[in-house]
Amino acid sequence: MSGPSTYEPKTGFTRWMDARLPIIRLGYDSFVDFPTPRNLNYWWTFGGILAIFLVIQIISGIVLAMHYVPHESMAFESLERIRRDVKFGWLIQSMHANGASFFFVAVYIHMFRGLYYGSYKAPREVLWILGVVIYLLMMATGFMGYVLPWGQMSYWGAMVITNLIGALPFIGDAIREWLWGGFSVGQATLSRFFSLHYLLPFVIAAVVALHLWALHVPGNGNPVGIEVKTKKDTLPFHPYYTVKDGFAIIVYLIIFAAFVFFLPNALGHADNFIPANPLSTPSHIVPEWYYLPFYAILRAITFDIGPIDAKLGGVIAMFGAILILFVLPWLDTSKVRSMRFRPVTRVFFILFVLACLGLGWCGANNPDDLVFPMGHNAEGVATGLKFVWFAQFLTFYYFAYFLIVLPVMGIIEKPLDRPVSIEAAVLGSAKA
Amino acid sequence: MTMKMTRIIIAAAAVLGLSGIAWASTAGQRAPEHHHWHNAGPFGTFDREAVQRGLQIYQEVCASCHSLDLIHFRNLGEAGGPFENGEHPNANDNPIVMQIAAGYMIEDGPDDAGDMFERPGVPSDAFPSPFANPQQARGSNGGALPPDLSLIVKARSHGPDYVRSLLLGYGEEVPHDVHPAPGQHYNPYFPGGLLAMAPPLSEGLITYADGSEPSMEQMAEDIVTFLTWASDPHMEARKQMGVMVLLYLFIFAILVYIAYRQIWANVKH
Repeated sequence: MSGPSTYEPKTGFTRWMDARLPIIRLGYDSFVDFPTPRNLNYWWTFGGILAIFLVIQIISGIVLAMHYVPHESMAFESLERIRRDVKFGWLIQSMHANGASFFFVAVYIHMFRGLYYGSYKAPREVLWILGVVIYLLMMATGFMGYVLPWGQMSYWGAMVITNLIGALPFIGDAIREWLWGGFSVGQATLSRFFSLHYLLPFVIAAVVALHLWALHVPGNGNPVGIEVKTKKDTLPFHPYYTVKDGFAIIVYLIIFAAFVFFLPNALGHADNFIPANPLSTPSHIVPEWYYLPFYAILRAITFDIGPIDAKLGGVIAMFGAILILFVLPWLDTSKVRSMRFRPVTRVFFILFVLACLGLGWCGANNPDDLVFPMGHNAEGVATGLKFVWFAQFLTFYYFAYFLIVLPVMGIIEKPLDRPVSIEAAVLGSAKA
Repeated sequence: MTMKMTRIIIAAAAVLGLSGIAWASTAGQRAPEHHHWHNAGPFGTFDREAVQRGLQIYQEVCASCHSLDLIHFRNLGEAGGPFENGEHPNANDNPIVMQIAAGYMIEDGPDDAGDMFERPGVPSDAFPSPFANPQQARGSNGGALPPDLSLIVKARSHGPDYVRSLLLGYGEEVPHDVHPAPGQHYNPYFPGGLLAMAPPLSEGLITYADGSEPSMEQMAEDIVTFLTWASDPHMEARKQMGVMVLLYLFIFAILVYIAYRQIWANVKH
């Protein structure tokens, strides 16, 4: 923990326990007395929101698993039985499905917060890397969870994503068959996805524990990016941040409840209310919204690069877009953490956020459709900027941000003057 | 589920962030006409009479080709259903539901001799399918499979408006670049514009039990209301609980915000 423990057991039981398993001390040091920078803004509340949503997903998921039947001819109907005949099944199911989306909204905000305030920089590289591991596990869990309702999008989404593995040279086909447990997405695939979908959230919970451990050694970053120097820079976590996080969590739950109760299917896809049919391919297969930027990157690579064909190139680009986050702490050469003091890079950051949203938009659309129609060609067919070109441009920017902007700007950019301490920043006193 | 969709896939534009779903039509498909529904909005409830009339249309018109696998007779008398009755909280005792169920013959068995037999329906039975299997359904419908209607409203983008527009969308002149095969009908709201279902509704097609005027508009609205209920029978309970949950969370948020302001009152941050 950051600093010596200030916990003093007061009762006979807590003294007895403290001498044997100091778990009350751990809780006190981590969530009560933990010294937290006094200048954290609301972007820092998403960690707490994520913890709440992990719990919501696990509890609602365990209840759903009591009623769900992982069988290719019964899964779809069992989900309808949950919605129709299980007491409050419609509520649990809606919470779980929408909870996944809200989990991802929160994790994306949490990650952009980290990118903006340089939360990945020394001494928090391991904290950041554990976060990327959690994100990858969430992607895998979300993907397998979306397959379980066994609707058309479930089935065909699983088909598209698992087929990506087949793009790997030499071993791709063998790995894909091994994943499927057969020669196509089928019963074996559904069974193992259900098993893994139940397992992975507990793996996530374990990595979250490591993530918190890695957080509580260096302590929180903060909006000015200056390390905590004296006790005057901090406040105890409780009650200051329990109440601030608590307020943010309730506001987030209000938006969540609006979706759970009034727009339960707005974030899903109508095709998933059609039972999976291996003989009928939907005209337009799209993954869940939280994968769309990566889906756009996958489809943006439409050209061969040397010996790498377009399909494998797309797969490499898509996984590379996530894996690059692992080395981010060493790509950013700037010593300044917070973008507040990096006027030029801050503009590049805002463009990066827009590029990610733009990629999501491209992922939701047919690559050959037009972003901006610009007249007609000789055959009278509408021409203009195609989504695939737009996605290619944004994909280039996505990688350029990590591989060019961050390494170069850290060297050539002149940062603004920074306050000497958090206390000075809060009080607005003389800057260094 | 044995039902299979043939070529009926709507391309729904997916969601960008939380912006909801936009209508993205496949080539040549017209966006459905917007209609105001009694059950729309956060306080919208099902118009019970419309659901009852819609049930009559399903029974007399749709049910000759379309199954309704997920609906049991008891659902009609459960909370939120068209024949909900406070005197019979157990829908299996609801006389209207029992009467509707008894109007169907249900295959049951095998009996002690090992034979299947038919008996009158009871509230716990599901609506029987018009065909024994998908092959028979296709064989009777020129190769096209009439989809199950239990979830049809949820399984189409802008479902209620889409189904209503489709039902009322027949009869337009066929564009010169569309060539219906024998047994196909032109409907601009259907993906591709051609479907096997003949126009199912016509003015005065049925005689409503409650004496309502059986106009095309009325019948389309009633059957869609019934199918919307069938796809989401707990809608009213869901919205009612939602209002209470939001109210609770709003008050909770205000209290926590006041506590937050008080705790941080003398802290520079």
